[in-house]
Amino acid sequence: MIFNNIGYYSLVFGLFISIYLLFFSFFLYIKGKSNNDLNLNIYHFSLIQLFLVILSFICLILCFILSDFSNETVYYNSHTTKPIFYKIAGAWGNHEGSLLLWLLVLTLFIFLFIIKSKSQPKKYRLLSIFFQQIIITGFFLFLLITSNPFDYLFPTPKEGLGLNPILQDPALVIHPPILYLGYVGSSIIFSSSLAALIENNLGTIWAKHIKNWVFVSWIFLTLGILLGSIWAYYELGWGGFWFWDPVENVSLMPWFSLTALLHTILVLEKRQLLKLWTIVLSISTFSLSMSGTFLVRSGILNSVHTFASDPERGVFILIFLFLLIFLAIFIFFFFSKNIEQVKGRNFYWLSKDFSILINNWFMMYFLSVVLIGTVYPIFLEVITSDKISIGPPFYNKLLIPFLIPFLIIMSFGPKLKWIKDRFEMLKLYKILFFFISLIISIFIYEKLGKNNLLISILILAGIYLFLISLIDFFKSKNNLSQNISHFGFSLLILSIILNSFFSSEFSSNMKIGDQIEFENKIIKFSKIESKKGSNYNSIVANFTIEDKNKRVTNFFPEIRIYNQPNIMTSEADIKTSIFYDKFFVVNLLKNETYFNVRYQVKSFMVWIWISTLLIALGGFIGLVKKIR
Amino acid sequence: MYGKKVKLRFFFFSTIFLAILLTTFLILKSLEENVVYFISPSDVKVLPELNQKKMRIGGMVKKGSIETNSNEILFIITDYKSEIKVSFSGSIPNLFAEEKGVVAEGYLKDRNFFNAKKILAKHDENYMPPEVKKAIEDKQ
Repeated sequence: MIFNNIGYYSLVFGLFISIYLLFFSFFLYIKGKSNNDLNLNIYHFSLIQLFLVILSFICLILCFILSDFSNETVYYNSHTTKPIFYKIAGAWGNHEGSLLLWLLVLTLFIFLFIIKSKSQPKKYRLLSIFFQQIIITGFFLFLLITSNPFDYLFPTPKEGLGLNPILQDPALVIHPPILYLGYVGSSIIFSSSLAALIENNLGTIWAKHIKNWVFVSWIFLTLGILLGSIWAYYELGWGGFWFWDPVENVSLMPWFSLTALLHTILVLEKRQLLKLWTIVLSISTFSLSMSGTFLVRSGILNSVHTFASDPERGVFILIFLFLLIFLAIFIFFFFSKNIEQVKGRNFYWLSKDFSILINNWFMMYFLSVVLIGTVYPIFLEVITSDKISIGPPFYNKLLIPFLIPFLIIMSFGPKLKWIKDRFEMLKLYKILFFFISLIISIFIYEKLGKNNLLISILILAGIYLFLISLIDFFKSKNNLSQNISHFGFSLLILSIILNSFFSSEFSSNMKIGDQIEFENKIIKFSKIESKKGSNYNSIVANFTIEDKNKRVTNFFPEIRIYNQPNIMTSEADIKTSIFYDKFFVVNLLKNETYFNVRYQVKSFMVWIWISTLLIALGGFIGLVKKIR
Repeated sequence: MYGKKVKLRFFFFSTIFLAILLTTFLILKSLEENVVYFISPSDVKVLPELNQKKMRIGGMVKKGSIETNSNEILFIITDYKSEIKVSFSGSIPNLFAEEKGVVAEGYLKDRNFFNAKKILAKHDENYMPPEVKKAIEDKQ
């Protein structure tokens, strides 16, 4: 009750401060002399703003911990029997709380930006703060008008409705915050690149300064996508890690754009080329992050992940998004004339700069494929009212052929010199690697048999990049971060291919005591036991799998029946090893004696996670090196 | 004659133009082939022709219609106007239950029978395909 009020009013005060900062920074910008320090008021008020939002966030968490059902958000998303861990996590497992978290990260980042940008020109900093405060004000208004997390409910209910059990998972507890750090990081890049454009500040110094932010949001975005994927694998019981579902796609699109930016910013830093392109990428990364939120929250996307959504909220974000994009485009066209291009600088076809340019083209291609696959169904529905969905074959067909040249260019591009490189004779080890890759891929091709030439060539390219980056890792230590990321990427592609081709699955309906043969193994359903958790009852099924050498593995997949809301979930029993995961899941049909059983052997599953971690780790090393 | 620079630039732009053209063509062609239509049981009844394309059928699982045996699950999808019998073998999602929303992906055998290859989960227990929601609202 008391926390409810504190939380609400700190948000209202936060909004006032935001509006104050908005005008104040603009006023200082208009009037400002260029050399003196930033007005101390800006520091203080940003700090107070951050403090207020943190306070309000803590209040929301306290409401959840204390199960204060006079708070509507708590009522809809919590329950007294819920474990304390998920009570806390429930604070951001819902729409209102997750937006409050967005806001928290926004205010945190602008404060860090103010502290970390001291070496930058004052007018540029003021303008960045101004743009960032526009976004923050928008989010405050959005939160207070359409999705207030502190709505008061009277009469106070005795019990809450509970959190959707599939959200009660450790991976999903940290998935939203991490992903938001990535999304919100892109807002800083957005504001600062617009400010730099207006101030005509686009050069080596700015590139060096903003590169840290690009790295930070890129790392978090990568980790956020990874966590979402891990959650889908463990919790949804399909045994897959990526479904090309619209909700997944909207997190992948900003990633493509941000990855392109991550590379372009290097060209800007070293050669002061691609100035406007950097701005375009900054704007598009942020717009894609925002529209991702919009598409997920509005219920426009016909997604299997759709949670409760509300059109009114969607409209608000849509209007806000349009305003921001129009503002950005207007600024872009109005001020882009001022940017002087460095005369006489061009791209030579054999140079690092040019290979980065190629990387950008590929990223834009991948981005447009995913974008079209995601929004085409929406447009078609509006125009013809046909409802369609676009499945994995679309993406596979359009992405796989282009991955081949992409991987090959990745294998030599980073090693070229800036500006202009000479064409060298092929070194012996490269030819050797090529033949090793060729032999392995021919071997795999033989094993796959049926018309998989394209995949085999992709494997060839993947293994080649894998070997090249592996040897680089030992040869030269000066570009460790790039090396690890590229190595991780080749490992990722290889693991995904091997995973999709060497996995096998079995599914059937079985009664207790049934025995079925599958790939020379005997799967036996021996018995069920019941167990009690804090807010659920569960049925644990006992299965044994006996292979031809009489070795027996036990599996205990579980079906949980949560008390509030009354939902069944399946907890898969997953046995992870280096080369494959064994994934066992059962499902219960109400009033039926049969259990729906699924057993999968997923090859190289753990390598998909490891390789993505390596990609992010590369970014992290790069960041640490730069900050030092 | 044009200078070398102009020629180079012309070459550059025409390459980009061709690349964009080719990409658009590829994407559109691939779209056409891989689109899966989403229809309701009532739509099935009025389809002009039955083809062998993959499609999705959405509606509610009819009460008391689920039958299971060792290798398949049979149930009826209804939108409270028409219904269609569905056969499925494979693993079902958690939220599959009587009187809950369901989306089945697969092929039509005839107007009354659908061979599902996949049953899609909705993560929200209260989820209902929009058509069904509308049909129920219309009925009231």
